[in-house]
Amino acid sequence: MSAGPQRRRAFRARARPRRGLPWPVVVAGLGAVAVLTLPLLALLLRAPWGQLGELLARESTLSALGLSLGTAAISTLLCLLLGLPLALVLSRSDDAPPLVRRGLRALVTIPLVLPPVVGGLALLLLLGRTGVLGAPLEALTGITIPFTTAAVVLAQTFVAMPFLVLAVEGALRGVDPATATAAETLGASRLTVLRRVTLPLAAPGILAGTVLCAARALGEFGATITFAGSFPGTTQTLPVATYLELQRDPEAAVALALVLVAVALVTLVAMRDRWVPGVTA
Amino acid sequence: MNGADARPAPGDLEAALLLHRGSFTLDVALTARAGHPLALIGPNGAGKSTALLAIAGALALDAGHVHVGSRVLADAVAGVDRPAAERAVGVVFQGYALFPHLTVRENVAFGPRAQGRGRATALREAEEWMARFGLTALAERLPGQLSGGQAQRVALARALAARPQALLLDEPLSALDVEVRGAVRADLAGHVRAFGGATVVVAHDRDDVAALADHVVAIEGGSVVQRGTLDELTAAPATEFVRRFTASS
Repeated sequence: MSAGPQRRRAFRARARPRRGLPWPVVVAGLGAVAVLTLPLLALLLRAPWGQLGELLARESTLSALGLSLGTAAISTLLCLLLGLPLALVLSRSDDAPPLVRRGLRALVTIPLVLPPVVGGLALLLLLGRTGVLGAPLEALTGITIPFTTAAVVLAQTFVAMPFLVLAVEGALRGVDPATATAAETLGASRLTVLRRVTLPLAAPGILAGTVLCAARALGEFGATITFAGSFPGTTQTLPVATYLELQRDPEAAVALALVLVAVALVTLVAMRDRWVPGVTA
Repeated sequence: MNGADARPAPGDLEAALLLHRGSFTLDVALTARAGHPLALIGPNGAGKSTALLAIAGALALDAGHVHVGSRVLADAVAGVDRPAAERAVGVVFQGYALFPHLTVRENVAFGPRAQGRGRATALREAEEWMARFGLTALAERLPGQLSGGQAQRVALARALAARPQALLLDEPLSALDVEVRGAVRADLAGHVRAFGGATVVVAHDRDDVAALADHVVAIEGGSVVQRGTLDELTAAPATEFVRRFTASS
């Protein structure tokens, strides 16, 4: 089991044709590696390793970490509940009019290319106390959303959902449609086809999309601080706390940043080579 | 949906298919009598697979009808278009379309389970079909670990375990190496005869037709160009394709 794939990989490496690249291209490529890794290296070099335990054990750190993990978990769940159906719709939209198809995909992609602070502002205009929906909501129920933990979750959901939707759509499109047809001819209802064939076959991509989505939600800053503010314990997530600590106590900020780096590394390991076409390719 | 026992006895398949896909028009009428398999032949793009998918309910008809025995599966005039899941038309797909994430046993048990039989019942039925097809030793394998001939037997066992009243096979032998084709063909012929219901098989060459079918319908460009027995087509081929198909051996 273990020798086969390895041997095959080794063979492929040997069989790869030599393709020389002009040296400036190689140098520029190495420059890109430097740009991507040197800042993180600096972070590790300047980290207050000696006081790390004390800094991370602080009440404020633990509260920010707990809030981040909790809100990111809820927003990831929301993204799955809403994004998975949307990804299914998009993956079957090829027969829809091009305008509908492209429009839908553009709408999904907007939060991906939009500066998060703009997203936060837009959320405020929709759900703020004087917002399009926020004002009637407060008048009818007395509920206000901005600057609450719910606002954190909404901001994260807004920003992270596209990652999930696009990754999962790519995975669903990779599933051989003949398997779904086969399941139907065997008597399976549409729900059974989804539950037992299509979704299990797309599971690696769904997992990858969920991990990406969770990482993005955990790192969310711009939309969160705009729409939810930075109240310790209720809206001050790890990224927000990191930014604020930088003004007060840079070493504490670096410690918080290290936690975020650790989370990112865990994400990377969890993904391994599960990067899905559509997100990377 | 409530049990196969309530269904009427297997009968003849009678289909008049008219549908448009882009610029392609399929306009084919065919009858497959129970116990007398019908071979569908034609060049690439003639509409053979499209015809099977329309009979199975995976493609909607623009006009025409599909009957199996006394059951109306589709009738454009009457506005009947039963979904594939309710047609009880089994399909062996080109390339087999086995569920790659399920074991052989789970593949074969899929139909019974999807039709609401309990897990234990479905697995017991699967064991019977696997035994009949010599698949018992392969029960725990995934489709990716099967040879072409084994995968074909799983595909047929899976289709039959769902208790179909008609059976459609789309080039069931074309994915196989030449060395094993003959043996698998004879084996397949036995199973198709044992099925006894209406059967349509898209056939790749003369040997397949000779082994598997009693009657032949030749289609080209979405229309029927000739029908009859293999001998009749061989004696008086209506088109160049039929002439070459029946001559090749």
